[in-house]
Amino acid sequence: MFDRRGTFWILFVLPLLWLGTFFLAPLILMAAFSFRPNLNGDLLQIWVPTLAQYAGIFAEESYLRLLAISVFMAFMVGVISVLLSYPIAFFLALRAGRRARIYLVLLLIPFWTSYLLRVMALKLMLGSEGVIDDFLQYIGLIQAPLTALVYNRNAVVATLIYVWIPFSTLPILAALQRIDLSLFEAAADLGAGPFQQFMRITLPLSLPGILAAFFMVFIPTVGEYVTPLMVGGSVGSMYGNIIQDFFTKAANWPLGSALSMIMLLVTMALLIVALRLVNLRELLA
Amino acid sequence: MNTQRSSIPLTAYYFGLIALLYLPIGILFLFSINTNTTLTFPLQGLTLSWYQKLLDTGPVLDAARNSVFVAAGSSLAATILGTMVSILYMRYQFRLKGLLMALAVLPLIVPYVVLAVALLLLFSVLHISRSLWTIGVAHTVVALPYTLLIIASRLAGFDANLEEAAMDLGANYPTTLFRIVLPMIFPAIISAWLTAFTVSFDEFALALFLAGTEPTFPVYLFSQLRFTNRLPIMIAMAVLLMMGTLMLIFIAERTQRAK
Repeated sequence: MFDRRGTFWILFVLPLLWLGTFFLAPLILMAAFSFRPNLNGDLLQIWVPTLAQYAGIFAEESYLRLLAISVFMAFMVGVISVLLSYPIAFFLALRAGRRARIYLVLLLIPFWTSYLLRVMALKLMLGSEGVIDDFLQYIGLIQAPLTALVYNRNAVVATLIYVWIPFSTLPILAALQRIDLSLFEAAADLGAGPFQQFMRITLPLSLPGILAAFFMVFIPTVGEYVTPLMVGGSVGSMYGNIIQDFFTKAANWPLGSALSMIMLLVTMALLIVALRLVNLRELLA
Repeated sequence: MNTQRSSIPLTAYYFGLIALLYLPIGILFLFSINTNTTLTFPLQGLTLSWYQKLLDTGPVLDAARNSVFVAAGSSLAATILGTMVSILYMRYQFRLKGLLMALAVLPLIVPYVVLAVALLLLFSVLHISRSLWTIGVAHTVVALPYTLLIIASRLAGFDANLEEAAMDLGANYPTTLFRIVLPMIFPAIISAWLTAFTVSFDEFALALFLAGTEPTFPVYLFSQLRFTNRLPIMIAMAVLLMMGTLMLIFIAERTQRAK
């Protein structure tokens, strides 16, 4: 049928052009810039491809160490977020009953409010001379301002966990809601106690949700740069922050591009691992 | 029964966490009605004057208006593109399908800092100066996966036979799309549009790189964080925007449930 084909081309060309121009082309350009020796001359002049930027990165230990630290921080954020949100998902799916829906909305509202503002509010609360500090001094619990609460990596990890918890609840909740409740009855009839039921039914059946939640937090967190900017201070930077620096303050675009390419490759590798472990189709159904 | 026994600690845990999640929001609200520019205990007094001053503070209002402009434009574009790709995904088989789908969904995974610097490179090479438009383009790219997932899941739940029936009765394919398919997925389109709007409205990581002289609200807020005396006005604006966003979400929820 001709009109179905005609419609196809309209539907196909516009999104492909858009994504090609504003998603694929920029990444290809970034890849090209990462093989550029320096930023001398015009932006679009032809350059001889070189691996100099990558060689520089691998020679300088600090970049890769920061990458490893960032991956580790993201890993911790993922693990702790899942641990803290699992009881919430369990409560909503299996214990909250009719109120589950309103409880879920209550949980998600903070996630829909401004990310920057929530982080800023945390800073107002936790910072030295912040609200908590001030309050503790006011009631006389401490005498001098606390310094440990912001401007280090722990503050970055804590803030990220805090921000992610409502989000990481969702895939676990979806997995728990699919469990057939008659399984629990059968297990109870056969003499299994609550702990055994949890270990033998709930936990294994919610594993896909746990993995999905973990990766949905872990992967985006590796590339995080805003939270360290807000609460990390000078010692709390992540890998994303050096990319930002080389494109703003330091203006070394070829090196920044090479660092970005490494970040992109790490992310893709993690995605491939995630897709091996999580059945996306099952989760979306 | 064990249901009753294990509910109490879980309920307590849930409400404890909810309290922690709402505490900063409460603190922000308190900040916006506090007389002092710093939140020190005991509070000196409460006031609505920050909200009043807000009306005379041009740059804050401009930034908020810029955010609305970018979010409205990018969410509209993302919803149209998302609808197109969803129809392709659910109703057509073609050779480059895998590539198109990967391109449409990958912005969900690519770190924002990487996408931001890549777009910065592209716009520099093309001599396009940074503006609200460049932010809008970036937001369209990152909002597209959300609109695609929302609309495609609605399309999946609806019978393709209806389209064939319409075409048997003489409608051509574009007419079928407009008269049958679009009305059926309309609630999903609205919900996708609102989702894309909130994604853009709140977005900071991309906007910080791509903003020109006119900032969106998050970018402006970030630039003003150092000036503690202006903070209450910024927070007052933020509280108003937050209420606006919540209202949008509430409306989205209602329209989805009504259908």
